[in-house]
Amino acid sequence: MSDASHRILAVDDSNSMRQMVAFTLSSAGFDVTEAEDGVVALSMAQTQKFGLVLADVNMPNMDGLSLVRALRGMADYKFTPMLMLTTESTPEKKAEGKAAGATGWIVKPFNPDQLIATIRRVLA
Amino acid sequence: MSIDLARFHQAFFDESFERADAMEQALLRLDVQADNGEVIHDIFRAAHSIKGGAATFGFAAVAGFTHHLETLLDSVRSGQRGVDAALVELMLRAADHVRGLLVAARDGGACDEVLGASLQASLQAALNVGPATVAAQAAGPAQATTGWTIRFVPRPDLFRSGNDPLRILRELAELGTLHSELEFADGIPGFGALDAESCYLGWNLRLETLASEIEVRELFAWVEDECELRIEPLAVAAAAVEPVAVVSESATPPAPAHGEDKVVPIGVAAPARPQPQRSAAAALESSIRVSTNKIDGLINLVGELVITQASLSQYAQGLDPLGHERLLSAVQQLEHTTRRLQESVMSTRMLPIDAVFSRFPRMVHDLATKLGKQVRLQTVGEGTELDKSVIERIGDPLTHLLRNAIDHGIESTDDRVAAGKPAQGTVTLRAAHQAGQIVIDIADDGRGLSRARILEKARSNGIAVADNASDADVWNLIFAPGFSTASEVTDVSGRGVGMDVVKRNILSLGGQVELSSTEGQGATVRIRLPLTLAIVDGMSVAVGEDTYIVPLSSVVECLQPTVSQIKRIGVDAMLVAVRSEYLPLLDLHTLFGLPGAGRDAHESILVIVEAEGRKVALQLDELLGQQQVVIKSLEANYRRLPLFSGATILGDGRVALILDIVELVRGAGRAMAA
Repeated sequence: MSDASHRILAVDDSNSMRQMVAFTLSSAGFDVTEAEDGVVALSMAQTQKFGLVLADVNMPNMDGLSLVRALRGMADYKFTPMLMLTTESTPEKKAEGKAAGATGWIVKPFNPDQLIATIRRVLA
Repeated sequence: MSIDLARFHQAFFDESFERADAMEQALLRLDVQADNGEVIHDIFRAAHSIKGGAATFGFAAVAGFTHHLETLLDSVRSGQRGVDAALVELMLRAADHVRGLLVAARDGGACDEVLGASLQASLQAALNVGPATVAAQAAGPAQATTGWTIRFVPRPDLFRSGNDPLRILRELAELGTLHSELEFADGIPGFGALDAESCYLGWNLRLETLASEIEVRELFAWVEDECELRIEPLAVAAAAVEPVAVVSESATPPAPAHGEDKVVPIGVAAPARPQPQRSAAAALESSIRVSTNKIDGLINLVGELVITQASLSQYAQGLDPLGHERLLSAVQQLEHTTRRLQESVMSTRMLPIDAVFSRFPRMVHDLATKLGKQVRLQTVGEGTELDKSVIERIGDPLTHLLRNAIDHGIESTDDRVAAGKPAQGTVTLRAAHQAGQIVIDIADDGRGLSRARILEKARSNGIAVADNASDADVWNLIFAPGFSTASEVTDVSGRGVGMDVVKRNILSLGGQVELSSTEGQGATVRIRLPLTLAIVDGMSVAVGEDTYIVPLSSVVECLQPTVSQIKRIGVDAMLVAVRSEYLPLLDLHTLFGLPGAGRDAHESILVIVEAEGRKVALQLDELLGQQQVVIKSLEANYRRLPLFSGATILGDGRVALILDIVELVRGAGRAMAA
């Protein structure tokens, strides 16, 4: 049983992306929980503790940045690494992410090995 | 380790086609005058998601083309470009091309590249943005040094973004040999004033490495706004490098799937991105995809269960209630639960007819544009649910009828205005439940059916029609094969092969179709369909020793006639007078070759049934009861039989054939005309 530090919450409204991320990371030994939007993710984060949140920016119901903002307000998640999965890497977008409290970002498209390497570094 | 992403392709394609449809629907909702904020957001999100997924899964052509559409949408979204009809048309064509590219990617075929290139050029032209400016890149002079001096002082609140300076130092150490020296930038407060959540430390680092400045700076990418960062070469270089935290364009992954030209127009304020808590029109329901084979299997099993339960109930009825209270009560409970199970399982296959209606707005838009007419499509009752198998087969007939309405029904704008009608024609597509059936109307406010032209055309085709034939009969002539009164055969519809095929398709679904019209005002096609193809509400009747099922939806009334109501015509044709109508009388004994034929009608029961606007009286022996009946296919289990639409197994295990009322009524009509 892995402790919370290896538990990852993957949030993306695209089924194919989410499944791919979940599969990639669980093959690398991480425990991955999926959520299809910010609202679902938030409620999961309240009942379980995650060591890392991976979230798409553009999602219905609650987008990625709002999710990060909401999580940062929770005691358990003040310092949890939260990475945005995004196709937009303009300075404005990055600043927005930072302002919301995101740790960093991963630019799409990424390949699975890069994702694993990045996650490993963050969670090491 | 390399992971094969192919297993996710199916999901990606399913999603992407849905998104492409969503894009198209949203595009059709764009109103040139109104505020389109929310709609543009929808379209943008759809394009954006398709592009992101396509790039991730390696479908470069899709990603590349969609990127251009997305860029244009972005400029509309940020207010730099307005919406006009030409733009909508362009985006509709672009969305079509995205679909085409998706199909090509999925099936391994080719897509029209010439079209793609031309659309792409148009999309870029529509952007109308000034010369693109690309964010400056950090151009480091060629390093002849062996490393870097790095000063890294995080701001106190760096932890709050979930970043950890130690992680960055670890990563630096991987690049070479790292020497680090702590610095206490503002000193460390006394223990009582120490805030565990703040960062008081800074580092002066010496990294011996062959890595470039860009590679080093990349490790700080996530925190560059939250720290003081200075990177200088170890050896003294000829030109002093300005320590400026410059944005380096490419983030972590090298070699993206396609070359993204990032256009960052300087001087445009970052658009205040509206982040609405999107009140999802569809409630947040969770769902899973299930193959239709599994559902069909379930339905079959439930059907078998129903038959077994019915026979159990029947047997139980013969038991003495006194001695078998608990058994009888359990059997009754079983009947109740089985019925609910059946309804529940049947409902899993029920889908809203919107699945079919949703493709029509686009079709109407394109067709009207092509014909130079103004037509508006109204849909009512999109939520009406029908069985999936019916939905799959009703699309083509509806499409043809809709095209007909627009092509032949709605007049040109000039003609309409001259006739005092609104310039814009309206076609209304309506679906509703009625008496255990689905009723679908396609109504237009066009020129209506011309009785004279139809009669003329019929006669010239060699069909004999009486001058005083009822309107209903005249309209039905349109369904004859090869019939078309269109003065020119347009390539849209009207080649004359349409209406009879439409009718046949609807009949094969167990449905009926009727026309009604007022010349000069419009016409309506009404289609009736059974709710489902698997079960039917039936009236069981006895003909001799056998039991037959009459579909309840076609039953008008039952009666026992008096002698005076029966009239004989010719040798063996009989009529029965019901109120003011004379209806053909069909003796089922004679029809099915059963003993007992020839019994006087006034000693039998008559069941009056209706199909296609005509009524017939069926002569039989007894009414047995009413029940829901699981339809078993004759073709699958035996062979097709004329006059029967299926069979079922009764509670006592015997087989009962289900009457095909439409065929019966037609047959009676033909016999009458002879």
